Amino acid sequence: MTFTVKVLGRLLVTAMLLTAIPLAIAQTGTLRLPRTVEAGSAFSIPTSGSGKAVLYIVGPAQVLRREVKLGESISFAAGDLHNAGRYVVVLVGESSSENGAFDVVASHPASLSFLAKPSRLPVGLQNGISGVVYVFDTYRNLVIAPTEVSFELAGVAGAGQTRTVATRDGVAWTKLNSATKEGAAQFIARDGSVSATRVIQQVPGDPCRLRMNARLSNQKLQGQKLSGSKPGDQKQEKRLTLETDPVRDCGGNAVPDGTIVTFKEIYKDGEATVDVPVKRGVARTEMPAYPGATISVATGVVMGNEIRWGK
Amino acid sequence: MNRDLESRDAVNRARVSPGGSLLAIVIAAATLVLIVLGTIWPAPSAAAMAGAGADLLRASSTPEAAVNNLAHEIAQNAWQRAYSNLANKNEFSEPDFVHDLTGGYSSLRTYASLDTFEVRPLHASANEAQVQLRLRWSTVVGTFADTRELRVVNSGGRWQVVWPLVKEPRVPPQVIAVNYLRWDVIYRGAEDDWGAQDVEAPHVRIVDMHPVERAEGVVLLGELLNEDVVPAYVTVKATLLGKNGVAIATEDSFDKISHVLLPKQVTPFLIAFHKVELSQVDSVKMEPSSTLIAASADPVIEIEDQKLNPPPGATFTGKLVNQSGQVVNVAHVLGTFYDSSGQLVWVADQYIDRALLPQIPESFAIPLPADLARKVSSQRAVTTTYTSGQFQ
Repeated sequence: MTFTVKVLGRLLVTAMLLTAIPLAIAQTGTLRLPRTVEAGSAFSIPTSGSGKAVLYIVGPAQVLRREVKLGESISFAAGDLHNAGRYVVVLVGESSSENGAFDVVASHPASLSFLAKPSRLPVGLQNGISGVVYVFDTYRNLVIAPTEVSFELAGVAGAGQTRTVATRDGVAWTKLNSATKEGAAQFIARDGSVSATRVIQQVPGDPCRLRMNARLSNQKLQGQKLSGSKPGDQKQEKRLTLETDPVRDCGGNAVPDGTIVTFKEIYKDGEATVDVPVKRGVARTEMPAYPGATISVATGVVMGNEIRWGK
Repeated sequence: MNRDLESRDAVNRARVSPGGSLLAIVIAAATLVLIVLGTIWPAPSAAAMAGAGADLLRASSTPEAAVNNLAHEIAQNAWQRAYSNLANKNEFSEPDFVHDLTGGYSSLRTYASLDTFEVRPLHASANEAQVQLRLRWSTVVGTFADTRELRVVNSGGRWQVVWPLVKEPRVPPQVIAVNYLRWDVIYRGAEDDWGAQDVEAPHVRIVDMHPVERAEGVVLLGELLNEDVVPAYVTVKATLLGKNGVAIATEDSFDKISHVLLPKQVTPFLIAFHKVELSQVDSVKMEPSSTLIAASADPVIEIEDQKLNPPPGATFTGKLVNQSGQVVNVAHVLGTFYDSSGQLVWVADQYIDRALLPQIPESFAIPLPADLARKVSSQRAVTTTYTSGQFQ
């Protein structure tokens, strides 16, 4: 609310000043304005003549008012004008007014807004990673002047990828390939001494050549009395230990721990299934050892091998 | 013309009015009579549900009365009174009896209340009778039934129930080594730069979808795959579109889905649209959504002895075995059923009313519609588990 009132007030002042002066803004003899001023830097405006006057500087989101003595320089400290844009200057004297304009331009790059997408993608994807950089100065003005931005994808096996792109209207962008090896890559955008980093997770693809093996477990499950079961229902059954080979994608990358592998056993009187997360690269579980049972393994929509347990 | 109509309406009103009044009086009188009857002679189960006390209990002069009384006491959680009236209370303690009904470990039973009960005499002699007691418990996820065949004995003219105690197994003290695996997520913070993107939502994909017309309306069946490497919280929303492209209805899968999907895990889903006919539907708009969540890869639940039992009373039965070391408070089983060509035929589910203890099998039985059961040739089951203080 307060902000709106301020903005409206400034607009009103601007409108009043613009109506009070000739529409064609021009440099006059009394006011000697700089053509451009770097945002946030100190500067001065020399004046000529004598007497008192009031100087107005009106710009984007900022208005300054100074009582001045004509013939002296008007100094502005560092940080007085920090929003980039075009500023209108009006010097209102006792009998006349003069006006002019100058530009406040962005200072040197001080921060980068770096949009890197996606944050997670499969390995080996051409132009799968996009990076867009907006270059700003200390006062968050977009640096319009062309500047070189380097993009670097590092932190994975093999040589990193680097691209250097010149900004256009304050923006630079590029596209990079994801690496062939899985892992978290540092995606760094750099402009001089300023840099911003994003983490790109390069993850394995679907599991490939899923294989398991089965062996009789050393431990036999001591059957427990079931709810509602009768005495004598207790059983001691042989168990099979089922374990996959290290689960990898087609590029040889180990699939991350936690990937679900489903073991399915079909036997004479029914079937059993269990969803097991991969831990330390393999999925391991125990299932009942029924003679003649067929055991299969799958993950997602990928099927693995099948084992027929001997009679 | 209008005057004619108005005058005809007036005549009709005059004609209808005496009959309407009579009908209103009859309905009001019948309501009053039913209220009086219900108050004086309440249905036993209704009285029990209303919290009527011991004054409504009849003397245990018959086996049915003894079982009725016991059911009333169970409904009122009057454990002490129920236990004291049992014929075999010397065989177990009162806490054993309470645990049999409410579960020794926190589970759906612990928070269930007795909704209704039925007493069915099976066999009777002068001194002994067999009575079936069917208890229907109400929980936040629906109802479940607990049927007990009770032996009732006559001791000195008073009938008493011999309670068939099902003692909940206890796991012997032991250490079970488990390599726990969980995912934690650092989300974007309020103070992060606007360029700092949030963590990517997991990529999920509908791998199968099939509409079915049932008596109650249209049902959408399908399967959803988490094809990412991170856990996802998933939901599926569907909108039925008519011939003119206008939305007929929008529904989501609610609890007919496993909401937490670990990497490469597949869940079935079922979305029901009541009072909609398939002939009205031109297309379906599916909206699967996923959110990255912190999750744990444990516990691992094995589903043993899965069997399809043919109609009549078709069911899909099996046993859940908790392979981990922690107690699972509530387990939810979802069954996906396929025909001989591998097409999805039905999705059904069941909540397990007892806690899953490590290595202790717990049975489940999911009923199947008889007409669909005949088509089913294979099935797949998945479980979702809820552990106190943890969601998985």
